[in-house]
Amino acid sequence: MTIQSPSATKAALEFKSTSLTIPVLVLLSPDLDSIDQQLDEKVSQAPEFFKNSPLLIDLQKLNAKEMNIQVETIVGLVRQHGFMPIGIRGGNEQQNQEALAINLPVHSIHSQNVPLVEKQVSKTAFVDVKPALEANQSVENKLITQPIRSGQRVYAKGDLIVTATVSAGAEIMAEGNIHVYGSLRGRALAGVLGNTESRIFCSDLQAELVSVAGIYKLKDDLALYPPQTPVHISLKDQSLDIKNI
Amino acid sequence: MARIIVVTSGKGGVGKTTTSAAIAMGLAKRGYKTAVIDFDVGLRNLDLIMGCERRVVYDLVNVINNEATLNQALIKDKRCEQLFILPASQTRDKDALTTEGVGKILEELSKDFDYIVCDSPAGIERGATMAMYFADDAFVVTNPEVSSVRDSDRMLGILSSKSRRAEKGEEPINEYLLLTRYSPERVRLGEMLSVDDVQDILSLKLLGVIPESKAVLNASNSGTPVILDEESDAGQAYIDIVARYLGEDKPHRFIEEKKGLFSKIFGSK
Repeated sequence: MTIQSPSATKAALEFKSTSLTIPVLVLLSPDLDSIDQQLDEKVSQAPEFFKNSPLLIDLQKLNAKEMNIQVETIVGLVRQHGFMPIGIRGGNEQQNQEALAINLPVHSIHSQNVPLVEKQVSKTAFVDVKPALEANQSVENKLITQPIRSGQRVYAKGDLIVTATVSAGAEIMAEGNIHVYGSLRGRALAGVLGNTESRIFCSDLQAELVSVAGIYKLKDDLALYPPQTPVHISLKDQSLDIKNI
Repeated sequence: MARIIVVTSGKGGVGKTTTSAAIAMGLAKRGYKTAVIDFDVGLRNLDLIMGCERRVVYDLVNVINNEATLNQALIKDKRCEQLFILPASQTRDKDALTTEGVGKILEELSKDFDYIVCDSPAGIERGATMAMYFADDAFVVTNPEVSSVRDSDRMLGILSSKSRRAEKGEEPINEYLLLTRYSPERVRLGEMLSVDDVQDILSLKLLGVIPESKAVLNASNSGTPVILDEESDAGQAYIDIVARYLGEDKPHRFIEEKKGLFSKIFGSK
């Protein structure tokens, strides 16, 4: 039988410091219906990006105009749209108390507010996105030569090129375009961050679901397009346009 | 150093245990010292198929928990002295399996044995992931049927991402397709997926096709691996498979329908 001395116990934790970049929702009006509708519009433009995204709720502008809003109500509303609020800032005394009561921290208003232009998805901001990308380093394109099996998920920051088969039950996602030279039997989502210019090219369309910037079609809707025929899928007027190549 | 083979599928009831028993017996009869391990903790049946259920004293979980040594748990087969069986526990459950425990056992076995066949349980849970973690070769047993093919595909994805070789960035596991319960007649009628249909979806090296056979049930009833029934088609198919695995070139005999005497003389309809 061994007796462990107290000094032999191993450290169970340590504290570190980090800084994160998180989207900030700046509220401009206390009208919940407008907020609900506009959140819905924004989220539907890039559902994958906003799903389960952390969010900081900024109440400074509302309080400057003396417009009040219940913290619990707005938190419930943003959660319905798939966001995960991680706190508030710029709230008045009462709003701060409300936030703490539902276990949301109160953040300082003195941190820098960088406009979320590059990541924001709106038709007007779209024109800004392209030059930003060109100024950046080239985005990595991904090339996959092995079959993508059922249950696997692949994500590419640039274009995704697959020279093998994508099995049913697999998911392939790209911020840019998707090219599948084998059979596409799984799900393909192009332009996941909202790039409406993204396209999907495939030699054999048998997909369960295809999507460009959140607008999707299921296998049932693709019944008109026979397998073994190369197609080019793009977004035209908010709906998917499928052309034979 | 032993070569570790996992016999897996994802789907249940496709013929993993039948195949593990047959392959292990086949390799042992060729003179290679072989161990076959049952990873289906709580639902063991390798011992039944091998016919040694009355001689099980200690099992895999006993060895992992250091309640018995490997030598005490291994059962020597009465028909072939090169073959040893390590049964699973019937009373415990899969939580008793740990990566370190299984790794230690395989390392110890590797010292003396040439081949270690791991009979995986169905599913993608602990038992299945433990069985395939240390594998060098994988026999993916599939029925020519849609749900089996999809589950095998899922299993292949797991093999290529959750095995030790995948985690360490080593050479990937050699994957082989074993198509079991194949009926050439039903394929011709268009009722069953053909080898090509399955290959279209899975794209694997075809190690062999085992025809639907009454010999399989007879074999498990009598506790003898079906490979010992050399008259039966299933037995012969397994003999061919062991030969092909060891590098011999054998034509696939059970993909085409058997022609009756009349069709041979007068040609098929």
